[in-house]
Amino acid sequence: MLRKNTTPGKLIIVEGIDGSGKSTQIDLLYKWLQSQGHAVYFSEWNSSALVKSTTKTAKKRKLFTPTTFSLLQCTDFADRWENRIFPMLKAGVIVLADRYAFTAFGRDVARGVDPEWVRNLYNFALQPDIALYFRVPLDVAVQRITSARAKLKYYEAGMDLNLSESRVESFRLFQQRILKEYDNMVNEFNLTVIDGNLTVQAQQRLVREIVKHELEGWKGLPIPEGSPFLSAQADMNAGKGSA
Amino acid sequence: MSAPEFYGAGFPYREIGELPGKLIVLEGSDGVGRSTQTQLLRRWLEDEGFAVSDTGLKRSDMTQKGIEEARKGHTLSRITMSLFYAADFADRLENQIIPALQAGFVVLSDRYSYSIMARDIVRGADPDWARQVYGFALKPDLVLYLKADVSDLVSRLIHGRGLNYWESGMDIHPSQNLYDSFIDYQSELIMQFDQLAEEFGFVVVDAGRPVMDVFADLQDHIQNLLEDQQPILEDDF
Repeated sequence: MLRKNTTPGKLIIVEGIDGSGKSTQIDLLYKWLQSQGHAVYFSEWNSSALVKSTTKTAKKRKLFTPTTFSLLQCTDFADRWENRIFPMLKAGVIVLADRYAFTAFGRDVARGVDPEWVRNLYNFALQPDIALYFRVPLDVAVQRITSARAKLKYYEAGMDLNLSESRVESFRLFQQRILKEYDNMVNEFNLTVIDGNLTVQAQQRLVREIVKHELEGWKGLPIPEGSPFLSAQADMNAGKGSA
Repeated sequence: MSAPEFYGAGFPYREIGELPGKLIVLEGSDGVGRSTQTQLLRRWLEDEGFAVSDTGLKRSDMTQKGIEEARKGHTLSRITMSLFYAADFADRLENQIIPALQAGFVVLSDRYSYSIMARDIVRGADPDWARQVYGFALKPDLVLYLKADVSDLVSRLIHGRGLNYWESGMDIHPSQNLYDSFIDYQSELIMQFDQLAEEFGFVVVDAGRPVMDVFADLQDHIQNLLEDQQPILEDDF
């Protein structure tokens, strides 16, 4: 259980295994919300500058254990949470997150850490107003990832779990475990399931409907003129002389 | 020899097995004399024929650089800092302390998860959250808590290495001078240590006495623990 979001902001997150198409969808949502005149902040999993060098070294030298991996990813999340996401929510901004605590609950548990322990780690985070889970069959996701990438990386493929000598096979088995964890979280964390087999457009229509419904009657942070939040919109309206 | 016990779930993905070594922890405030005692104990135990490994709260290879950089910039927020230190501790526990115990070493740990918890809680962390984060911590065989008053710490540090920014908690009392901040911060830490001592069954040793008196007490407690432990004897060779 995560605490309810009582800030003036809105928190919308996407989840799903690698290759589920969630990043495409949140990117489209981001642009749409901006074009609607909302102040939107985007945060990506594993992107804090603070732990970057540590993560890089540990990955290169294969120093991670499931516990240290979990703690370091949570450190990354905490840095983004304390310094960006939470302040933005307090200010009344719409925060979009590509992956959230549920990624840790899926991956770290798939790596063997205790499910309750990792849930406690993240208990400073808030329950999103909308949590979209893009569900695709394992084969589709594996196909998308392996055809798009020259070589799967060691931890990405879950090679640290010794599931298989083959990176592709290891990746498949690892993702399968994660998929199972996600499916268990649908009820636990009230995730909204989006069928990742639908076309990109059809999925985005669903996403926008859900978001529109959530934002009905909601007033976020007003955007002053000349704000960088408006730049995307200003570019679009350049010919018409933006207000 | 005993099966490992953890405060929480431990490391469920890993078969650790019996640990023939012993884990002895020295806890206590900054400037209380832990490192002096660790050195004395190490020499003594080695003379007694034990293989000794000492580990402190010095950083692990994995996180050292990152934590130093973050502290320099003072950009570490509260929860972020707690978790970074937890990662650092977990790395040392899994990759140094447990392997040493598996190999039969007497491990002398200068500080343990308790110190990090105490610091986190003084900085505002939820005490329950902090305890659960360290659910992976192995229960030591013996925790020796070197307890001294703040006034003792001040006189030791002023005549020793001096007061520093972090040991004075200047990051949470930025408007105060170093001295006042040290007194407040260390008093709060001692309160936390006292609570932890009761909760986790530390052996309290009065550290406000001459070094060799404290050392003699520590030796007594350790001797009891190591009674059944086989040292490496010269006669074996």
